[in-house]
Amino acid sequence: MAASILVIVLLLNFFVLGTSRLRTVINASAAQGVALGVLALLVHPRIDVETVLVAVGATGIKGLVIPWMLHRAMRDAAIRREVEPLIGFVPSLLLCAVGTGAALVFSSTLPLAPQHQGSLLVPASLATVLTGFLVLTTRRKAINQVVGYLVLENGIYIMGLTLLEAMPFLVEIGVLLDLFVAIFVMGIILNQINREFGSMDTARLSALKE
Amino acid sequence: MLLALVLVPLSLAAVAFVIPSERLRPWLLPLGGIVHAGLTALAIALPAPSMFNGYLVLDSLGTLVLGFTGVLFFLCFLYAPGYLKQRAERPNRIFVACLLAFVGTTSLILLSHHLGLMWVALEATTLSSAPLLYFNRGPRSLEAVWKYLLVGSVGIALALLGSLFLAYSALHAQLPPSLLLEDLVRDGPALSKPWLHAAFVLLFVGYGTKMGLAPMHTWKPDAYGEAPGLVGALLAGGLTNCAFLAILRFFRILSAAGEASFAREVMVAAGLFSIAVAGVFMARQRDYKRMLAYSSVEHMGILVLGVGLGGNAVFGSLLHLINNGLTKGVLFLSAANIHRAFASKTLEGTTGAMRLVPASGALFLLGFFAITGSPPFGPFVSEFTILGAAVSAGRYVVVGLFLLLLVVVFMGMGATVLAVVQGTPPAIDESAARRTETFLTVAPAAAFLILVLCLGLYLPPPLEALIRKAALLEVTP
Repeated sequence: MAASILVIVLLLNFFVLGTSRLRTVINASAAQGVALGVLALLVHPRIDVETVLVAVGATGIKGLVIPWMLHRAMRDAAIRREVEPLIGFVPSLLLCAVGTGAALVFSSTLPLAPQHQGSLLVPASLATVLTGFLVLTTRRKAINQVVGYLVLENGIYIMGLTLLEAMPFLVEIGVLLDLFVAIFVMGIILNQINREFGSMDTARLSALKE
Repeated sequence: MLLALVLVPLSLAAVAFVIPSERLRPWLLPLGGIVHAGLTALAIALPAPSMFNGYLVLDSLGTLVLGFTGVLFFLCFLYAPGYLKQRAERPNRIFVACLLAFVGTTSLILLSHHLGLMWVALEATTLSSAPLLYFNRGPRSLEAVWKYLLVGSVGIALALLGSLFLAYSALHAQLPPSLLLEDLVRDGPALSKPWLHAAFVLLFVGYGTKMGLAPMHTWKPDAYGEAPGLVGALLAGGLTNCAFLAILRFFRILSAAGEASFAREVMVAAGLFSIAVAGVFMARQRDYKRMLAYSSVEHMGILVLGVGLGGNAVFGSLLHLINNGLTKGVLFLSAANIHRAFASKTLEGTTGAMRLVPASGALFLLGFFAITGSPPFGPFVSEFTILGAAVSAGRYVVVGLFLLLLVVVFMGMGATVLAVVQGTPPAIDESAARRTETFLTVAPAAAFLILVLCLGLYLPPPLEALIRKAALLEVTP
């Protein structure tokens, strides 16, 4: 069950990179957030109030609140709906495939704890982090870079699922709250960028250089 | 007690948010500075027990940096009302509230001994400082904030991944995974080495981004160049040192695991590379605020170089943390006064600062001599300590490169600084320019310089003992 959700998460990585419509990209990252919330409940050995709260919080923030903020930012900015990548969709999909393969190979060389032998948690985490990086570096629209950052955080969240005892409840809530505020502040700045430049193209952010 | 250091500034931030008067609100900052300094003094004088099962502890390293930030915030916040009075055209509600929140989250970084909590606090500090960079508005500030937020958040996300790898190294060794510093140091020898190495790379890159080590420094010139000088002083003296502290805390775990030599070589290389990059970009720099940013890159390099060399150089490095932070206070605050007087931060519009704004011009020049390691100022002592330790360790290549790069930096920075302070001022309204120098905007910078001078002439024995204790990073397994 957990493995099939991780496969869905990996497929969503490809979806985020291969889709040309910005709205769909945001929805794909939202779906990934929901999948991770469900996954958190599945991998926990026992279900208590705190586990449910963290899972609901993660699903709510990653799956509902942040996508809603991004959709609103898009509507306010009335930006063009295409993604405008720096490299084409096919090369980015290929890079993602290479990255996922490399994550699988790399994590098979890392010594895993007995309970994670054969589990997809570690490779899925690394592959999602790499996908986040790919989106961050190859997309020009500022809003798309925010999605990249979200995917990167999702990858780290999967790694966190292997270490449930090390992260106490308050710290986990703190991480989620930081993510929420980060996206909130980025949203405000997105709005200002759009007002100032009449576009969200980060290629225009090039006045400061040597 | 320890919790008050975090909660009191945060409550003051909330108060700042609801006060309606634009004229009265800035005075909350000196109040916050005094309260924070007082609480810091109390926390240091009366050793408080650890709180929440060892999550919040004030150890000697924390005491050192906390005491330093107490002074830094106090003097910077004394400067703030005079500055905001001259910038009355800008609403300051968010600015004041974020500055106070910044103090609270900074204290939380220094106190937390849980690597997850420390990460949360560092990210919160990044977020509360982002609006500070946007105080001047306009497209250039926007670009700077966007880069600061994105580069900083991504860098720090890697540090979180590194922290998780660290916890996993305990899990692999069949130990209960924990992110508490004490647990990890105790279990050091048993931790799984491959995970530990991967964790070090991620944490060093992640927190190194926050520190502004080259080549992850790209956000720094833009952020310091566009932010108000006051914010520059707080970032260059406060936030970057907190990120350095995070690296030091992790270095302790690594040395407990017997892997210190691996980390040391990486730190020496990263330190020298940062100094070299700063030297290259400082030469012929036309923008004197960006020049200060590169100077910060250089000195962050010196800090990690000192820790990398080990031995007495660690002592020099921690002393340099204080000296560099205080000198950055002189430079950023005086540069801010010059910037306002000339309404320009490039050499095209700024010459003859010594004639137009004599006090700030003189402080800027003296600050330059101090930061480049001229006697009798503090940075000379700390840089000399690091050099001496490198000589006695027989690292002659490092010594040669370090000295050469210091000379390159001195010449590059000197050309820009002299062009700013010397010459004839351009034809601008002199009386308006002179009004930017008031007691409130000059005295804090002068106080920073006096402290730097005092530390260069005399290191008080209690402070020396504290630094010696904090410099014991090596844990014998």
